[in-house]
Amino acid sequence: MLRLTKVNKYYRVGTHSLHVLRDIDFEVEDGEFVAIMGSSGSGKSTLLNILGILDDYDSGEYRLGDTIIRDLSESRAAHFRNRLIGFVFQSFNLLPFKTALENVALPLYYQGVARRKRNQIAMGFLERVGLRDWADHTPSEMSGGQKQRVAIARALIGKPRLILADEPTGALDSETSAQIMELMSEINRSGITVLIVTHDPEVAARCQRTIRLKDGKVMSPEAAAAAAAAASHPGMRAAT
Amino acid sequence: MIVLLVLGLPLALGLLLLLLYIAIAFARMGFIGVMQWRDLFSLDRWQEVFSTIGRNKLRTALTAISIAWGIFVLVFLLGLGRGLSNGVEKSFARDATNGVWMSAGKTSEPYGGFDIGRRIMFDNRDYDRAKKVDGVEHMAAQHWIRGQRWGGFMTRRNGKANAFAINAVHADANFLAKHDIVQGRFLSAGDILEKRKSAVIGNMVREFLFAPGEDPVGEWILVAGVPFEVVGVFSDPQGSEQERQVYVPVTTAQLAFSGGDKIGTIQLTVGDASASQTEAIIDQIRGQLSERHGFSPTDKMAVRVQNNVEVSARFRSLFWMISTFVVVIGLGTLAAGVVGVSNIMMIAVKERTKEIGVRKALGATPRSIIFMIIQEAVFLTGVAGTLGLAGGVLALQLVERWVESDFIVNPRIDIGTGVSATIFLVLAGALAGYFPARAAAKVNPIHALRDQ
Repeated sequence: MLRLTKVNKYYRVGTHSLHVLRDIDFEVEDGEFVAIMGSSGSGKSTLLNILGILDDYDSGEYRLGDTIIRDLSESRAAHFRNRLIGFVFQSFNLLPFKTALENVALPLYYQGVARRKRNQIAMGFLERVGLRDWADHTPSEMSGGQKQRVAIARALIGKPRLILADEPTGALDSETSAQIMELMSEINRSGITVLIVTHDPEVAARCQRTIRLKDGKVMSPEAAAAAAAAASHPGMRAAT
Repeated sequence: MIVLLVLGLPLALGLLLLLLYIAIAFARMGFIGVMQWRDLFSLDRWQEVFSTIGRNKLRTALTAISIAWGIFVLVFLLGLGRGLSNGVEKSFARDATNGVWMSAGKTSEPYGGFDIGRRIMFDNRDYDRAKKVDGVEHMAAQHWIRGQRWGGFMTRRNGKANAFAINAVHADANFLAKHDIVQGRFLSAGDILEKRKSAVIGNMVREFLFAPGEDPVGEWILVAGVPFEVVGVFSDPQGSEQERQVYVPVTTAQLAFSGGDKIGTIQLTVGDASASQTEAIIDQIRGQLSERHGFSPTDKMAVRVQNNVEVSARFRSLFWMISTFVVVIGLGTLAAGVVGVSNIMMIAVKERTKEIGVRKALGATPRSIIFMIIQEAVFLTGVAGTLGLAGGVLALQLVERWVESDFIVNPRIDIGTGVSATIFLVLAGALAGYFPARAAAKVNPIHALRDQ
C-alpha cells in the first residue's frame, strides 16, 4: 500500500533547521490496520502530513500505491487526496453551515459528481454509519460521536484505499471511543487500509500493529516493546 | 528640481511597482478564471457561493451596504455636479462665450477740456475702423433706434399689435446672439448693403402676429409704422424672452428712423483668443474710439464693455472647481468602499482558514478555492454595486423631478461613468478577495485543521 524509505524532513526556523523526521523507514501492506504512536514532538503530525500529501519531505522516498509522491503539483496532490485518501480528524472538521448529508457529499463535489447523485450516495454512507435520520441536521445539533461518524462517512465516500485518522477518539469519551474504533475496524475489514495516529494505548491495542516514533525516528521493535510494556504498567512509568 | 526628482522618483517607482503588482495579480486571476471557467456556469458552485454568502447575513449586509453606498454617493454627486454646472451655465453664460459688447456711455473723467457726464455716441466709421483690428472674428454694430423704451416698438399686422424689442444690426449679429433659425434665414450682407426692409422675428413674435400653421416668411409686418418683409424666424434655447425680438438691418433702420450714421453698440467675437488677447483687442478699439470722440482711453464709463471671454473663463474655473470637488469626494467614497470590501474579505477569509483546510484535505485544488472566494467577492460587489448605481440614478431622477431650481438642470451622469465605477469596484472586490484567498489556499491543511 505505502512505503517510506529513508524519509527526512527539516523545518527551517530562522538560521538553523530542525530535523523532525530522521530516516523514517516503514511499510504498510494493503488492508493493514496500523497505529502510529509517539509523544508530542515525536514527529507524528509531520509524518501524517507527509502521508496525507499535505506536506513535502526533504529526502528519501514515499511511495503510495504505484506512485512516488514527490514534488507533486498542487492539483495533482489534490487529486490524490481526493481519490486515494480519506481523512478523519480529532476535531471532526465538519463544515458547520452544512448538513450532515452535505458534509458527507463534499468530496464528491470536488470529483464533479452531480448534486442529486452525490446526495444519494452520501445517504448510503450515512446509513452505513447509522445516521440516516440525522442527514438534515447540522453538526452543532449532534454529539461528538455522531459528528465523528459523519466525518468517517465523509472519509469513506470517495472510495479511498487509505484512511488516515489523526487522534480520531481524542475528543470523545471512552464508550464513544470504543464505538468509533469498532467502526474503524469494520472499515478495515472491508479491505481499506487504516492508519491511526494516537497517543492512546487502548486505541493502539485495537490495531494490528503499532509503529512508535521517538525524536523523529521509528523505534526499534525491542524499544517499542519496552515502551508498550511501560505504557500498560503504569507503575513502571516513573522508572523510564 | 533636484528635490522634486529625489522625492518624485521613488514615489513614481513605487506607484509603478504597485501597478505592476496589481497587474500581475489580475493576470493570475485571469489565468485561474480561464482554468476554472466551468465553475462560472456550475449551478452547484453557485449554490455553494450563495450558501457561504448567506451564512453570515450581517456581514454580507454590511459589505453590500458599504459598496452600494460608495457607488450611490459617487453617482449622485457626479450627477448633481453635472446638474449644477448645467444650471450655472444656463443661467449665466448667455450668448456667445467669446463675445464682446462695447456700448457707448457717458464720460466719467474730464478729458481734453471737456467736463464729465458727456454722452458719447459711435458712428459707422467707428465700426469700419474697429472691424480692421487684428483678432476680430465677426463684428456687428447695433443702431439704437430713438424712442425705443418699455419693451420696444409697436409691431403690427392685420390689426394685431404688440411691443417688441427691435434690434437694428449687421448680418454677423447672430454669431453673438446665437439664435436658432427655424424658418427662412437671418439677415444677410445683401440686406445691409441694399438697405432692404427685411426682418427676422422671434418665435413669440410669430405666434402673436401669425395664425398657427401660417408661413410668415414673405409676409409684411409694420415695425413702428414702417413695413418690413419677414425673411426668417428664430427660436432660442434660453427661453421665450429672447424670442420677443425683431432683427432689422442696421442700415435700413438708420435711414427709416432718421438715425443718421449713429451706432450705440459694437459687438464682436474674438475666435479662440485668450482672456489677455481679448483685453488687447478691446483696448485697441477703445483707443480708436477715444481718439475720435475725445474721451480718456482709461474711462470705463465712456465705453461700457461686456466681455464674455472673461466671464466664461471665470465660470470655467468655477465648473472646474465643482467637478474636481465632486470627483475628489466621489473617489474618496469609492476608495473607502474598496478598503471596506478588502477588510471584510480579509476577515471573512481568515475566519474560513479552517474551512479551506477541510476543503483542501477533501480534494479541493488551491485554484478552485481561490476562484470560489473571488466568485463570492465579485458576486457580492457586483450585485451591491449595481444596486448602488440604480439607487443613484433613481435619486437623480427624483431630484430632477421634484427639486425645482434654476441652479440644477439635468442632473444626470453618462451611464458609462456609472458602469465603469461599478466595474472598478467589482475589480477591486476581486483583488480584495484574491490576496487573502491566495494566502489561505497556501495554508497547510493540517495546521489549519489543528487551529481550534
